Parts: sequence; C-alpha cells; structure tokens
Amino acid sequence: MTRFVLGRIGFYTLIAVLLAFFTIPLLWLAAAPFTSDPTYEVRVPDFTLDNFTAILEHPYALPSLLNSLVLAVGTALLVVLFAALAAYALSRVRLPGRDALLYALLLLSSIITGTAAMVPLFQLAVELNLIDSQLGLILILSGGLLPAAIFMLKDFMDSTPKSYEESARVFGASPLQIVRHVVVPLVRPGLATIAVWAVANVWGNFLMPYLLLSDVEKQPAAVIMYTLYTEGGQANLTLLSTFGLLYSVPVVLMYLFVSKKYGFRFHGGIKR
Amino acid sequence: MAAIELRGLTKVYPGGVKALDSLDLAIPDGEFFALLGPSGCGKTTLLRTIAGLETATGGAVVIGDRDVTGVQPGARDIAMVFQDYALFPHMDVTDNIAYPLRIKKVGKADRQRKALEVGTRLGLDQLMDRRPGQLSGGQQQRVALARVMATQAKAFLFDEPLSNLDARLRLEARTFLKKLQRELGVTTVFVTHDQAEALAMADRMAVMEAGHIRQIGTPAEVFQRPANTFVAAFIGSTPMNLLDGTVRGDTLEVAGCKVPVPVSAEGLLVDGERIVYGVRPEYNTYSAEPAEGSLGGKVAIVENLGASHLVTLEVGDVLVQAVVPEGDEPELGVDGFATPRRDRALVYRDGELVSA
Amino acid sequence: MAQATSPPEAPEVIDEARARRYSSDAAGLGRLRAGAFVAPALALIAVFLVFPALWVLYLGLTNYRLTGTAAAEPKLVGFDNFVKAVSDPAFWNSTWLTVQFVLGSAVIGQVVLGFTIAWLMRDRTGPLKRAVEGLVILAWILPSAVVSFLWVALLDRDGGTLQALLHLPGFAPLLDHPMLSIVVFNTWRGAAFSMMLYGAALGNVPPSHLESARLAGASGWQQLRDVVFPHIRGHILTNLLLISLWTFNDFTPFMLTAGGPDGQTEVLAVHVYKVALLGQELGYGAAVSTVILLINLVVAVFYLRLLRSKK
Repeated sequence: MTRFVLGRIGFYTLIAVLLAFFTIPLLWLAAAPFTSDPTYEVRVPDFTLDNFTAILEHPYALPSLLNSLVLAVGTALLVVLFAALAAYALSRVRLPGRDALLYALLLLSSIITGTAAMVPLFQLAVELNLIDSQLGLILILSGGLLPAAIFMLKDFMDSTPKSYEESARVFGASPLQIVRHVVVPLVRPGLATIAVWAVANVWGNFLMPYLLLSDVEKQPAAVIMYTLYTEGGQANLTLLSTFGLLYSVPVVLMYLFVSKKYGFRFHGGIKR
Repeated sequence: MAAIELRGLTKVYPGGVKALDSLDLAIPDGEFFALLGPSGCGKTTLLRTIAGLETATGGAVVIGDRDVTGVQPGARDIAMVFQDYALFPHMDVTDNIAYPLRIKKVGKADRQRKALEVGTRLGLDQLMDRRPGQLSGGQQQRVALARVMATQAKAFLFDEPLSNLDARLRLEARTFLKKLQRELGVTTVFVTHDQAEALAMADRMAVMEAGHIRQIGTPAEVFQRPANTFVAAFIGSTPMNLLDGTVRGDTLEVAGCKVPVPVSAEGLLVDGERIVYGVRPEYNTYSAEPAEGSLGGKVAIVENLGASHLVTLEVGDVLVQAVVPEGDEPELGVDGFATPRRDRALVYRDGELVSA
Repeated sequence: MAQATSPPEAPEVIDEARARRYSSDAAGLGRLRAGAFVAPALALIAVFLVFPALWVLYLGLTNYRLTGTAAAEPKLVGFDNFVKAVSDPAFWNSTWLTVQFVLGSAVIGQVVLGFTIAWLMRDRTGPLKRAVEGLVILAWILPSAVVSFLWVALLDRDGGTLQALLHLPGFAPLLDHPMLSIVVFNTWRGAAFSMMLYGAALGNVPPSHLESARLAGASGWQQLRDVVFPHIRGHILTNLLLISLWTFNDFTPFMLTAGGPDGQTEVLAVHVYKVALLGQELGYGAAVSTVILLINLVVAVFYLRLLRSKK
C-alpha cells in the first residue's frame, strides 16, 4: 500500500516537473503581450492591449506577416499541385524506373537539407538573379518540400481503391474527367494535409529567407522576428512580444484544425 | 442487348504469369452467366478483360457483333458492378446513379429524372440524397445496380456482387438479383468463388482453374455430371466421394467392395484399368444392413446439416460419406452401408469423366 | 449452345500491337500523360534540389569566393579545401560540438524525455494527458524564431525568468554554459516527435503480453525490459536515426547563440554559414557542406534499409 502511495507521489512529482519544464519558457509569450512595459521576466499581466499598437507603428512588422503568408501559400499551392500530379501518376501508372525514382526521392528529401545545400543554393540564387525574389524563394522552398510531399501523397493514393477510377472508366469517362470528377474529391483530405504541412513548414522557415532575402520589405516574419531581437541596442520587448504572439497564433490554429479534422497523424512530417 | 464471345483469349502478366490461357467461351444474348473458381483461378481477370480494364495479350473479345479487343472500356457498351461497389463517396445517390449519364452529356434535369426512375424501381426513392457512407451494405449494392441499369449497356459484369453482404442478406440479394436479371433480360456475367451462389443464380456457368475453363454447363449439368475430378471436388456443399478403384469385369472394386458400373460408364471401361469412382453423398443411400453393391464400414462421424445428417463411414482405410434424412442417423461405431445410386455415380479416368 | 455472330476474319493469333493500343492503368492515363504529370515536379526538384547538391560537390573542388578574382574565375584546386578542412582545428572543433549537440539533445535528451512522457501517459486519457501532450507539441510547432527568442528571454542574464525563479543574480547560462543551453533548448523543442512516435509504438504492444508478464509477477522495470523494449526496438532505431539527422542539420542554435560565445556553439550547420556566407569562402564552405551531405547520406541509407527490412 505504501509502495502504491509512493508511486503515485513520484508520478505526480514527475508530471509536475515536466509540466513546469515545458510551460515556463512559453509563459512569456502568453503574458508579456498583455503586460505594460514588458521585461524579460514573466510578470502577472495587467491585460493591456496597448502593446499591440506597437505593431501598427512598426514599418515592417505587419508587412512581414503578409510576406510570410505569400511565401507559405505560394509554396503550398505549388507543392500540392505538382506533388498531386506526380504522386497520382506514380501511384497508378507503371512508369519505367518508378521504384528507383521513389527511393531516390526519399533519399534526396532526407539528405539535401537547407544546411547542406545553403552554399550552392545561395550561389544558384545569385546566378539566376533570384536574390530578393519571393518567387525564387518559393521555387527553392518547393523544390525542397516536393520529394517528401510526393512520397506522402503517393502513400495516400496507394491506399485509395482503384475501383472508383475503373468504375468511372467503364462508364466512359476520359482520364482527365476521372481525375476531375473522382480522384481529386477522393484525395482531398490528403491534399489538405500536404497543404497544411507545407504552410507550416514555410511559415516557420528561417534559414532560406534569411539567406536569400536581404530586402527588409520582402522578408517574412521569421527573419523580422530574429532581426528584432538581435539588432543593436535595447530590444523592443513590447514589439517582440506582440509580434511573436501574432506570428505564432496561425500555426497553433492550424494545428488545432488539423488535429480536430483528421487526427494528428503527421508521422513527424510537419517539420522538414 | 448482346451476346459475348471470347476466342483464344490469353492474358500474360508482366513477369510471365499466365492468368488466362487461350479461353474460348460463348455467352448468348440475355443469359445470366457465372464464372466460378477458387481464388487465383483467373475468373476476375477474365471479367476485367471483358470489361477492358485488363488488356488481352492475345485472342479476341467480341460483344454483339463488334470485336472490342482493342477498344477502350468506356466504348464497349458494358457496365460493371465492382466487388466494393465503387460508389463515389463524395456524391449522393442521385449523382452516383446519374454519373454514367453525366459522362454521356445528358442534361442535368433528364439525368436526375432517370436516376429517380431507376432508383424507385430498386426501392431507393427515399434515399436519393444520401451519401454512400450513410447506406447499409444492401442499399449500397442496390445503388451500384441502379447505376449500371441507368447506362442502357448491352451487357452487365458483376465482380463478386454478393461477397460484401452478410450471410442472411446474401440469400435475399441472390433471389433479388436473379429476378432483376430475368426482368431486364440483359446479358450478365458474374464472378463468384461460392459454388452455391453460382448454382443458385446462373443460367449457365464456367468453372475455372489456373487460367483454364474446366467445364461449361447449366448448374444441373455441372452438379450432376462434373466433367473432371477438379469440378467434382469443387462443386457441392458436401464434397463428392472420389474413391480409387479397379475395373473387374462388369463390376468395379472400390475400397474392397464390389459396386456395379454406373449407367453413364456402361460399356466404356476396359477390364483391369484403374479408375476413380465418384458419387455425391446425397446420392448414397444409407442402410444399417448390407445391400447389393454397397460400401460397408464403421460409422466414424455424424455431422448435423439441419434437415439431414452427413454420415462418414470408415470403409477399409478410406472415408465414404452419405447424407441421411433426419431421424435415421446411426450411432457412432456401428456398422453402416452406403449404396450409390447407379444412375448418379460417375467414373473418372485420368481425372476426366468417362461418358458417352 | 447459342453461337454469337461475329466477323469471320476475327484474329486468332496473338496481336501484340493491338493489345497495347490503349493503356490499362486504372484511369487509362497512359505513360505519356503520366510522364507529363510527373515532369513539373521532377523539373523543380532537379533544378532546386539535385543540382545544388551536385554543384556543392564541384564547388568544394574550387577556390570560389564571393568577391575578388576568384569570384570571376574560380579555379579547380582539387582536394585542397578538404585538406584544409581536416587540418583546420575550427572544423574539428565544430564537428566535436556537433557530436555533443546531437548526442546530448537528440540521442539522450529527446529520446529519454519523449519516451518517459509516452510511458507515463500510456494508459491515461483526459485533461492531464491532453495538457501534457498539448504543451510538448506546442513547443514543437511554434516557429523557431519565436521559441529561440523565448529561450533568450528565459535565460537572459539581466532579469531573465529563470534567474528570477532561481534567485541567482548574475546567472547567465547562455554565456557560461552555452552548449548545455542549446542542448536543453533542443531537447525541449523536439521531444514531441519522440513522444508521439513512442506513444504510437506503446499502443501497439499487445496488452495480453503485458498482462501475462504482470501475472508472472514482473515489476514495472521487468515489464519494460522483457515485453516493451523487444516490441518497440524497431521504433527506437527509426526514431534515433531521424532525430539525429534532423538535429545534425538544425540551424536553430544559430538563432539562440549565433555560434558564440567564442565559437562554443558553432556546430557544423552554423560553421558552414559563418565560413561560406559571412567569411565568403564558398569553396571551403562547400567542402564542409559535402562532408555534411555524406554524413546525411550514411544516416539516410541506414534509415531506408531499416524501413525496407520492416516491410
């Protein structure tokens, strides 16, 4: 009996320590935006909303969120469209060299990371005149996300029965009609998952825009956030707290949406 | 409406697996035809090759008077019900039934009217705006049938149409499907692995094994006179007794007993040759006393079949089964005798039926 | 038997050409259209992923710089850059720091913490489980720029929250224990993945096995050792390889310490950035990138082998 009680006490102590470890770093983000004159130390907020005016006054804060949105949505559209087409063809048609291609894609997506490829990517962007080009960055980000996206979507399409398409085919539908009427509606959850995954990825990405966008008017929120707390002088904590919160909220909302709608089954895919 | 004819139809998969080996088959207009066989025998491949979902490696598929071997599935004038029904989950019942008409560019109002008409005929009129996910298995099957009926196709192909229903519903659907086919009069080919289903529904059937057709015939022919020991063993809810034997003049020596030569093999046997003697348990008469031409042994097992019992006798070192009406079943371990009906017993030589 | 009418000249022989006249995939797409479907994705991957990876191999063999004569006319210098790298103490320092970072935060930190949480929460449902898992996942999904700053604020030496909590004036972990700081940070940041993976793995351990061990009188630790670990061995290996790969390529420490102070947290990812893009020695940076690629390749091949053997 005492052993049981000790076990309970040990369990809840451990849980308390874990909760503290994960909560304390996050407290600042919850408290500081609503505290007058925030400092590094977490204090009980007085629930002011005045801090949010700092964002409106800052010339790059709100535009950077828009830039993040442009990059994220642009990349997600490109990735979903291209990955869906490729995954469908690879799932349904016995193309020569298909297995080797898939293996290569899986390998590529795990070994060619931003870190390993930053030198040539920077070079490539210089050569192709893609420095400070949001489109260029979208293409580069898409290239990096596509292999994993194709792989995940192909898995999804492989698990969708072929009989739907065959049925439409026997009724006389053309290949493109089948894709439009049957395949796209059937794999919509998969497409949505990939879109959310791509948006989350680009939204949080720091390295690539940091390397390739030097024009502060084009930089996304990740880079502006970093600049705000590293540039010389006293960091503007009022701005950092509210901006950090605004920048974080969409990711949390997206996570809640996905986990509610599809159950959270990203298999670690949400990052990278 | 159209007849279907297959000539030398061959399907070899990449990798060299021969799924269909030069099949010839003629299905007349309006017939309800079953393709029966164990899994992997090629029956589904055959159906899909008729549909055009698999391309034939050799031979020809003729529907009506048109050679459609190289024709796209959608241009063959056939309609197919898939094993999982393949109802589009994102469309309601109306849109599902009307889908073939949408492809044929029928106007929206017309195709909805037609969908309702066909749906009403199959008792789906209250369910027209439901999604497939909200329907029971039996209702889904009716929607799939309604969808093929809406096509005005010349022939219907059903892939295991009953296998997704639970056992009780399956019997009901069997009767329903047979009645519907009779009313529509459309040539229909269906695939099944269940011999009882094929016997119950089909006008005629083909029994397949390993890419070959082993017998074509009416259910009665296939049941009463299986053309070879494969069909004999495959057909029937209780397997046929297949016993090694030797011809001894005008009798056969089977399991140490003497039985008369069956009517079907009279005058066709050579003295001394080794044969296989076949008789269905249903065609064995059980008795407690020895009879003329009976197989005698000890009662080893008695299985309850409901209105009758399946009695297994140990005759020497072989087992012989007989169906006994209820009330007449023997005790275990007693002596028992099974007398085959001479007009129903069969003789197989090298696996093939001996008959005139 | 009724005979179907048919043209007498119907072919009897195998006709290969006709059989191929249309395609037999589910939608009748055909190889040509399928190729067109795959092409745009492959083109993008080729230009922006494969080509850079190949180019980095080439750049590593040149004396390329961002400015000056070597920028206009890069010369092939063979393996000079690699020789320079292996003889450069800064490279070895970075490699050693990377080993510490990966071992400390991924192999030990995330695996142990992730497994512990999954194990503690295995039979639970309800608000406590949701709260713990929600917080752990929150740390994982927030943008790296935000969490980096949160940790800067937490660990700040002039009035950071940790200092206030511990009442230790002058306590400056980012300056005094920079490597430990980023190890703890990355453990916090990435534990969610391991937690979810082990949570799923533990869910697949048949309850009957655990019950029979319990009936045999096995203690909690014995159940872990004899029943749970054998079942999730594959998951542990998968998990280790993936998070090692990710941590090895992680650039986030840069946002916390920028490699400092005095290069004490200059892991290879940061080292490449500093040498190649700040120091403008692209050739040398590319040589280090090649080393990173090769290490990634080794880990990834191991990982794919593992996936295959599981299938």
